[in-house]
Amino acid sequence: MSSELLPHTLEPHPVTGMYNGKFGLWLFLASEVMLFGALFSAYILLRTHGDFPSHEETTLNYKIGALNTFLLITSSVTMVMAWASFKLNEPSKGKLYLWLTVFLSVAFLVIKIKFEYLHKIHHGITPDTSTFYAIYYCMTGLHGLHILGGVIVMLYFLLPGFGLWRKNPEQFTNRIECTGLYWHFVDLVWIFLFPVFYLL
Amino acid sequence: MASSIEEVRKSVRLYLMVFGALGVLTIVTVLASSLNVSVAVGVFVALAIASVKGTLVATYFMHLLGERSTLYWVLILAAFFFLLLILIPVMMHSETVHLIDQVT
Repeated sequence: MSSELLPHTLEPHPVTGMYNGKFGLWLFLASEVMLFGALFSAYILLRTHGDFPSHEETTLNYKIGALNTFLLITSSVTMVMAWASFKLNEPSKGKLYLWLTVFLSVAFLVIKIKFEYLHKIHHGITPDTSTFYAIYYCMTGLHGLHILGGVIVMLYFLLPGFGLWRKNPEQFTNRIECTGLYWHFVDLVWIFLFPVFYLL
Repeated sequence: MASSIEEVRKSVRLYLMVFGALGVLTIVTVLASSLNVSVAVGVFVALAIASVKGTLVATYFMHLLGERSTLYWVLILAAFFFLLLILIPVMMHSETVHLIDQVT
């Protein structure tokens, strides 16, 4: 589709100062703030009113949580480096950083599923064990789905979607920037989930 | 935000510095959780560190610093409703404590 049909796909919109795709992505992130905000609100409600175990009583391993935090923070850096590489017209470097981001994200998911969810389920700890585990599975599960969504988008741009780089490098770089914005938001949510569930 | 080639080149070093800061703050969060303080202080410290980390991510990785005010207004609106959502259970908790005090 040409940019005449969809205006401001590359050049900034005079009102927002950014191309429309990026502004749309920010609006989406604002709605995501509401989604996770509602769940954090539910967490506070359950923590203050429900039968919540203390941090020592839960089986959550803070070392696994810290490792996953480190993986996500690193993936945020590789993501922004991917965007910078494409911006500097270095596509092979950009692709490498994007693959690294995918690798770190998959590592996050594997650790989460294999060493946390499956381990707990094996020991009979499921969402109906207590209100703590109900909100734990709900919030970390939704966050995990966001990670999965991001991985799918990144794989799309690395494989079939990479053709856009040859046709229109600027538009491709903009799309990587939007993917990055989403990815940093997912990282940001985990930055709050980690202390809330593993340390407090 | 960093848009020209030269600006992007300069930003790369900044991204690595922010990465270092985020790593250090994660270690600080874990160490702070082992301090022998009250729950309220522990919650405050952990969330304060998380807020600093979140601000670093939003400011530098999401390039929020150089955007126009239109975007800030959208985000201020989202932040307002987010705080409202967070305050609802806090207010309910205060109300419950007040009712329990009245009964006893």
